[in-house]
Amino acid sequence: MRARARLYPKEAARLLREKPGVREAVTGATLHFERNRLRAYGEVPIEEWRERAKAVKDHVLTHLDHYLELAERRLRENGVRVHWAETPEDAHRVLREIVQRHGVRRAVKAKSMLTEELAVNPLLQALGVEVYETDLGEYLIQLLGEPPSHIVGPAIHLSLEEIQKLFHQRFGTPLDAPPEALAQVARKVLREAFLSAELGLSGANFLVAETGTLALMENEGNIRLSTSLPRVHVAFVGLEKLLPRFADLALFLPLTARAATGQRLSTFVSLIQGPAREGEEGPEEVHVVLVDHGRTALLQDPEAWETLRCLRCGACLNACPVYRQTGGHPYGYVYSGPIGAVLDPGLLSLEEAYPLPYASTLCGACYEACPVRIPIPRLLLTWRHRAVAEGLTPAWEGAAMKAFRQVMASPALYRLFSKALRGLPLPQDLLPLLKAWTEGRGPLKPSPKPFHELWKELEEAEGGP
Amino acid sequence: MRVALFLTCLADQFYAEAGVAAVRLLRALGVQVDFPEDQTCCGQPAFNAGYWDEARPLAKRTLRVFAEAAYVVLPSGSCASMVKNHYLELLPGDREALALAEKVYELSQFLVRVLGVKRLGEGLKGKKVAYHHGCHALRELGVREEPLLLLRNAGAEVLPWEASEECCGFGGLFSVKLPEVSLAMADRKLATLHEAEVLTSTDAGCLLHLAGRLHRKGKHLRVVPLATLLWEAYAG
Repeated sequence: MRARARLYPKEAARLLREKPGVREAVTGATLHFERNRLRAYGEVPIEEWRERAKAVKDHVLTHLDHYLELAERRLRENGVRVHWAETPEDAHRVLREIVQRHGVRRAVKAKSMLTEELAVNPLLQALGVEVYETDLGEYLIQLLGEPPSHIVGPAIHLSLEEIQKLFHQRFGTPLDAPPEALAQVARKVLREAFLSAELGLSGANFLVAETGTLALMENEGNIRLSTSLPRVHVAFVGLEKLLPRFADLALFLPLTARAATGQRLSTFVSLIQGPAREGEEGPEEVHVVLVDHGRTALLQDPEAWETLRCLRCGACLNACPVYRQTGGHPYGYVYSGPIGAVLDPGLLSLEEAYPLPYASTLCGACYEACPVRIPIPRLLLTWRHRAVAEGLTPAWEGAAMKAFRQVMASPALYRLFSKALRGLPLPQDLLPLLKAWTEGRGPLKPSPKPFHELWKELEEAEGGP
Repeated sequence: MRVALFLTCLADQFYAEAGVAAVRLLRALGVQVDFPEDQTCCGQPAFNAGYWDEARPLAKRTLRVFAEAAYVVLPSGSCASMVKNHYLELLPGDREALALAEKVYELSQFLVRVLGVKRLGEGLKGKKVAYHHGCHALRELGVREEPLLLLRNAGAEVLPWEASEECCGFGGLFSVKLPEVSLAMADRKLATLHEAEVLTSTDAGCLLHLAGRLHRKGKHLRVVPLATLLWEAYAG
């Protein structure tokens, strides 16, 4: 997916102006997720869970070479074909070979953010393969030709009316068809696809190194079908998805479910241990593509590597009041919200993702929600500091900050500034920053006298400290 | 007991009366108050925007200005957290920064945790108060119950407010760099507020932003810093 992250400020403003319905839909849905998460966290000793999960992830990340080799060995022993992809092009090469060897005409796809990163769908279309997104939300946005706006709820920005209209145009359902009826229509289309596709594509929530097991979580059953009905299953797995032991799933499956949707466990968990054996039903071929795409570089970053603990649960998006106003589209890349703001600069480059670390008030709600305690506010500050150091921020801002420092470094200048603030008419509509403030909030009115002048009176009138 | 008041630049310029209230309240509770007159800004705007080289000299001078104080009290959660938590990021391992971090308190936190005050008076009897939890007071300093306790014990009815712990959208430079998003956040926050007579918070920035938004929407609601309201709680 091509990044348009640099346009974030303009796109966020435009969306709020032109599509007010998105704000309403996203706020409603995220607050719903957020309430569920808080309830679900409250049912368990969540701080212990979070601390433990963080420790396990940190262990894997600091011994990644060992666990990757172990995982590869176990996968091969299980009969899985393992491929390594450093870049999207590498992943494309693997997929193209599989598609051509099997003469694939139709593919069903389980929801996967990594395949968005790798732009798998455009490749398949170019190869003449008909691709069906089978997660209902993903299917909707595929019909609309839009990217996902949330890690877990890709169609979170759509209202029921918009979906009814889409299905009316596409399938001739009545404009007031209830959600159940719409789901039935999608189900029918997708069943056909499941039964006729030669290729199933998925991501993975976890890859267990000691057993070579892929773990996938979902609520709709489409992942189970996508990975078991077609003859060939290809799973794209980011290098950071490893867990050391099978037993770790006992923590990570429920923790991810509680963080993402407030469920105790997702409705379905698929544990995939390789292709069908004698007498079993299932795919003849299972491929795992281990994808880097910027991850090892991020792992070497002493200040930002912790970002790789991310479980892609979306809890920080739901908790984020900034994300809630617009949903994910203005962020302009696969990952949006707080985690996107710190992950995208690491996966792309800070230059491409420059405005995203500024898409936050540093309120800290994301850090409280994160099941693996990624210090997102601190990471946002780190990326901002780097943006300044790399000269990516506007020149006027740098000049203003320098002036600010000079005034504040000198009590005499500060007092002069204080007098000017009251003595001179503020050019409220001239300075762009002041205008940006006053347009929405009215004029800035300083107190008649600053406190440091009142202090003298307080001292004299009331006899010193 | 003697404390140094760090009013912070924003309150100095826009909520001077909160400084007066804080001084009167502390004195009334038997605390001697100093106001080191060389104080300016803690450097947070530059730090948060990524301009650490501009923020660092301001942090260093603030450390000097308050080096002698036994306690430093701020009527601002955000600036208190800057000094307590973030100076150490600007100046890793700095001895003076470590020392100052140990003695910095937001006003209500100081009253409850250090002075052990639970009740100031009954000056807020029957007042319907909406309390906005400033994010840094709440999540970086852990100040949640202290302001509520002092308000309730003074007779105020602290209103249940669904979005009381949600960010108001101020965020310093955020408010002017992404004004549309900032205002949408304020609107969402204010839309969930009903029946309040007074809106208060620890942080001047949030209050300027929310008061401005209310003004723009033609809504009348008294917006005052927590220090002002706590003085009213005491003095009636």
